Amino acid sequence: MTAPLDVSGQAMEAQPEAVLEGAGGKAIEGRSLGQIAWMRLKRDKAAFVGAFVVVFLTLIAIFAERPFGGLIALFGDPPNLPNNDLIDPMTSAPLGTWGGMSLEHPFGLEPVNGRDLFARILSGAQISLLVAFLATLVSVVLGSLLGVLAGFFGGWVDTLISRLMDVFLAFPLLLFAIAIVGAVPDKALGLSGNGLRVAVIVFIIGFFNWPYIARIVRGQTLSLREREFVDAARSLGAGNRYIIFREVFPNLVAPILVYATLLIPSNILFEAALSFLGVGVAEPQASWGGMLTRAVDYYQIAPHFMIVPGLAIFVTVMAFNLLGDGLRDALDPRAR
Amino acid sequence: MVAFIVRRVIAAVLMLVIVSVATFAIFFLIPRALGQTPEGMASRYVGRDATPEAIQGAVKRLHLDDPLIVQYGRFAKGIVAGQDYSLGPRKAECPAPCFGFSFNNNQPVWPTLLDRLPATMSLALGAAVVWLVAGVSIGVISALKRGTAVDRAAMTVALAGVSLPIYFTGLVSLSVFAYTLGIFPGGGSYTGLTEDPVMWFQALVLPWVTLAFLYAALYARLTRAGMLETMGEDYIRTARAKGLKERTVVTKHALRATLTPILTIFGLDLGLLLGGAVLTESTFSIPGIGKLVIDAIRGNDLPVVLGVTLFAAFFIVLANLIVDILYAVVDPRVRLS
Repeated sequence: MTAPLDVSGQAMEAQPEAVLEGAGGKAIEGRSLGQIAWMRLKRDKAAFVGAFVVVFLTLIAIFAERPFGGLIALFGDPPNLPNNDLIDPMTSAPLGTWGGMSLEHPFGLEPVNGRDLFARILSGAQISLLVAFLATLVSVVLGSLLGVLAGFFGGWVDTLISRLMDVFLAFPLLLFAIAIVGAVPDKALGLSGNGLRVAVIVFIIGFFNWPYIARIVRGQTLSLREREFVDAARSLGAGNRYIIFREVFPNLVAPILVYATLLIPSNILFEAALSFLGVGVAEPQASWGGMLTRAVDYYQIAPHFMIVPGLAIFVTVMAFNLLGDGLRDALDPRAR
Repeated sequence: MVAFIVRRVIAAVLMLVIVSVATFAIFFLIPRALGQTPEGMASRYVGRDATPEAIQGAVKRLHLDDPLIVQYGRFAKGIVAGQDYSLGPRKAECPAPCFGFSFNNNQPVWPTLLDRLPATMSLALGAAVVWLVAGVSIGVISALKRGTAVDRAAMTVALAGVSLPIYFTGLVSLSVFAYTLGIFPGGGSYTGLTEDPVMWFQALVLPWVTLAFLYAALYARLTRAGMLETMGEDYIRTARAKGLKERTVVTKHALRATLTPILTIFGLDLGLLLGGAVLTESTFSIPGIGKLVIDAIRGNDLPVVLGVTLFAAFFIVLANLIVDILYAVVDPRVRLS
C-alpha cells in the first residue's frame, strides 16, 4: 500500500495508517509491529468492548471470594447458603417475580433450596476462568515448544511431531475427557474431590488442545527459518538454541497470543460442557455448566435459572471471541 | 490412485491401532499410574460395597493383575476374534467385535452400540444437511456483500452462534417452542423412523436446528474467510477479464475452490458426531450413543464408556479416510505428495 497524495479527511477515514506515514510532510517514523497492531486494535470497537468485558470478568473472578469473602460477601449470601423460606413449598420455585430477583438477590434464587444465584455465578466464574486460563497455558507451552521444534529442525523431528498432531486431532475429545474423568480414581496425586477434578480437567483440556497452537507455530517457524535475519545470526556464529529463543521466538509471540486468546473461550465452553454432563466440577461447588444441568428439570417453573448461567457463559465466551478476533485482525494483516 | 488409496488405508489401520492403545491406556494405564490397585479397579466393576473376596475374585476373572501389555493383547484380540468372560460359575460370551462387556446389565457392549446408532445417525445426518446448506450460503453471501449491513448482521449472529453453548440454546428452544408455544414435542419424545416417521420428524426438528445453529455459525465464518481469500486470487481476476459473468465466476471458480477445505472439515465433524452427539442427545434425551455414554458414566459402567470411546474413534478414522480419498479424487495434486 503506497501513501496516497490526497490527504483529505475522507482518505484519513479510509486509510489512516497509510496517510499517517506521509502526513504533513513529516519525516516517516518507523513503527514496530506492536505499535501498528495497537493502532488497528484501537479502531476496532468490537474488540475493545470484548477486552473491557474480559478484564472486568477476570477482576470479578479474582476478587469473588477473597480477600475477606470478596465481592460475594460484599453483596450478600455466600454461594451455598440455602434460603428455604423464600421457596414456594408447592412448586419448589422461588417466591416473587422473576425467580425471586430483588436488590438482595440480583440474579434471583435457585429452585428447591433457594441458594443465591449472584453468589453462585461469581463463584462459578472463578472455576470457569481458572480452568480456561490454566488449560490454555498448558496448551501454549506444549504447543509452542513442539511447534518450534517441528518447524525449526524439520526432517524426522517434524514428521514425528506432525503425525502426533494428526493422532491427537483424530481423538473424540469430549468422549476422551468423559472417559478419563471416569477412569481417574477418587484420590490421586495427594488430591481429592474438586481439587483433583480441576487438575484432571485442566490436564485433559490443555493436553489435547496443544496441536492447535503447534500447527500455527510450526507453520510460522517454517517460514521464519528461511529469513535473512536467521542466516545473519547463524553467520555470526549463533547456535540453534540462541536462534530459536532470541531470533525466532520473539516473532512467534503475536500468533501465539492470538490463538491463545481464541483458545480460552473454547476452553470455557469445554469446561462448562463437562460440568453440564456431570463429569466436571461437582456440587456443592458452583459451576455454570452444573447449574444448567439442574436447570433442565426446572426450566418450566423457573426459566431464570436457565437464562442466568446461560447468559454468563455466552457473555464471557463472546467477549473472549471478540477480543481474539480483534487481536488476529490487528496482528495478522493477511487475515482481514 | 490405487497406490494412494492403499497408503491411506494402511495409515488408517495404524491409526486404529494407536487409538485403541490410547483408549486402553485411559482405562487401565492412567488409573494404575495414579496409584489405583487392581483391587480398586475391580471394585469399580463389581460395585463399591462388595466383599473383599468378591473383589479378589473379580481381579482374577478380569485378569486385572496381569501385566498391562498382556491385558492389551487380550483386549485387542477381543475386538478381532471375540472373548469370553467368566462371571463366577457361568461364562459370558462376547463375540467379535468385542467392544467390552457391561457388568451392570450383563451384556456385550457392541449390540447396544448398534441399537443406539440409528438415533444418533438421524440426529447427525439431519443436522448436517441443515448446517451445510445454511452455513455455506450465509458465508458466501456475507463474503460477496462484504462490509455491508447484511454481512455485519450475519457475522454478528455467527459469532454469537459459536459463543452459545449448545445445551443452552437447546434448553431455550425447548422452553419456547415445546413448553410455551407447544409447536414441537418436548425432550425425550424421540421415536424410531420405522415406528412412526411423522413423530420421528417432529421430535427431531428442535435438536436438528439447535445442533445445526452452532455448526452453521462455524461454517459461515469459515466459508466467508475462505471465499474472501479465493476472490483475491489471480485466477478470479483472469476469469473476470475473460468476460465471464459474475455468477459463473462465483459459482464455478471461487465457490469450488472454497468448498474443498470446507468439505474436509465437514467429513471430520460428521464423523465426530456419529460417534455420539453427547451434548445435544443429553439435552433432548435422545437415546443415541452420546446419551448411552453419559448414562454409563453416571452408572459407573466403565466398559460401556470404553466401548463408545473406541467406537467413536473408529468413526473419526473412517471419516478421515473417506475424506482423504474424496479429496484426492477432487484435487489430483494430493495424490502425488
